[in-house]
Amino acid sequence: MSDYYLNPGLAQPMGTELDEPYWSGLRENLLRVQQCQACQGFQWGPEWICHHCHSDDVTFVEVAAEGVIYSYERVWHPVHPALSDQGAYVVVLVELPHAGNIRMVGNLLGDAEADVTIGVGVRGVFEHHEDADPAFTLLQWERV
Amino acid sequence: MSNTMRGQVAVVGVGETEYYKRGQAPDAEFKLALNAILRACENAGVDPRDVDGFASYSNDRSDPSKLAAALGCKELRFSNMQWGGGGGGGSAAISNAAAAIYSGVADTVVVFRALAQGQFGRFGQGPRTNAIRGDFAYTIPYGLMSPAQMFAMKVVRFMHEHGVEQNALRAISLACYEHAQANPRAVMHGRPLDEQKYDESRWIVEPFHLFDCCLENDGAAAMVLVSAEKAKDFPGKPCYILGAVGGSHYRAGASVHNTPDYATSTFKSLAPRLYEMAQVTAGDVDVLQSYENFTGGVLMSIVEHGFCEPEACNEFFTKDRFLTSGQLPLNTSGGNLAECYMHGLGLNIEAVRQVRGESTSQVDKADVSMVISGPMVTPVSCSIFGSEATV
Repeated sequence: MSDYYLNPGLAQPMGTELDEPYWSGLRENLLRVQQCQACQGFQWGPEWICHHCHSDDVTFVEVAAEGVIYSYERVWHPVHPALSDQGAYVVVLVELPHAGNIRMVGNLLGDAEADVTIGVGVRGVFEHHEDADPAFTLLQWERV
Repeated sequence: MSNTMRGQVAVVGVGETEYYKRGQAPDAEFKLALNAILRACENAGVDPRDVDGFASYSNDRSDPSKLAAALGCKELRFSNMQWGGGGGGGSAAISNAAAAIYSGVADTVVVFRALAQGQFGRFGQGPRTNAIRGDFAYTIPYGLMSPAQMFAMKVVRFMHEHGVEQNALRAISLACYEHAQANPRAVMHGRPLDEQKYDESRWIVEPFHLFDCCLENDGAAAMVLVSAEKAKDFPGKPCYILGAVGGSHYRAGASVHNTPDYATSTFKSLAPRLYEMAQVTAGDVDVLQSYENFTGGVLMSIVEHGFCEPEACNEFFTKDRFLTSGQLPLNTSGGNLAECYMHGLGLNIEAVRQVRGESTSQVDKADVSMVISGPMVTPVSCSIFGSEATV
């Protein structure tokens, strides 16, 4: 067993020119998402221009890593060798009401076979993968 | 809507290779494509050399220029690919082909799809790369990577919003498997499914049991389209295209599950356009083929095409309703769940066979025959075929 929610061995995330501030923020326990400086609109995932007003003055701003469960799924069948001994795990889609209701995908920490309730509050947990090269951080979620 | 292509183009031939379990086709994918096209031409009574256009979808690997060269086509005038993955382009490829014929771009267009997963790899497995960037970096590290995993979250939300129970999904699967038992082409012919076997089957990802998920297959399928005027010169019964459209709603392509209207099969904006072009309503549809990547996609597709209110799903989705004796015969070849997963083009072929009276689960009256292609992706597409009586 590892300290991570999922067994290691899945593809590891790498930043790009477009989303590097997000990934570097997670390394510092910060959640940064994209907000347009012209119209203040939020968007996720990152895009090159604001889909609300078409300004390209979109930057990453820090927001609280908290939200509500919008949907979820409990996965049983592994489709990657790294997860062959994983057993069930839960993926959640978390909505952030304080950031334009953008949604983020993560895992719901805790017993994977426990009931999951749509609409309940969750808070972010920064899962640091220090042993990876380069190190990276995932944003996981736990029930409030 | 005036000046549409309603009734102006007809399918005059359909054909497919033998359908194989994934990885078991004896032929290369390109040869499978050629064989399906040859069979469709033979079925139509068309000389393959007279084919002057090809349309496909989902990044099919069989290049029309190569197909035309291999078939000795006299001239290539239309070489078309519908953007987007999965089976969302099935009916759109037909729309594209029909539009080309209607507008005079080409005369004899083949719509085809070929798949050899043994030769080129499977859909149902996660990627094997070590590093991931862009949109997939937000999902794959959390174990969300296969089609079933991408779509289950939409279905969970839909079932939550409308109180839909598992038995609604089960009814779809049971009907598909029942129809496959009458279809010798079906990969699941001779392998019936009942309630107990479904209930006891393992979860893939909730709410999808094993039998809620499509097959993975090798093979190819094709159909030949010509103008309605020319169709009368061919020996078979013409099957007219009343409507065929592709597209998606506002920001359906927003990344990382951020489309505003999330719990949808992506047909809310498109279904009214299909009905408008075809000049029919849901109540006019005699038989329906609805693409099952997963049963949850069928659930939402049927709702969004106006057959059922979302709050009425538990009563509406029964196996009996979906059999040929029921009010809405569904996936009468066995569909993607039990006939073959040819990215849904088999559903369009089955819709044509119903109009021609050639299905292995034929409905009594099949004048209006509808196909819903590739729910939950973007763009999606849908089509309605009609008999002579409808034009």
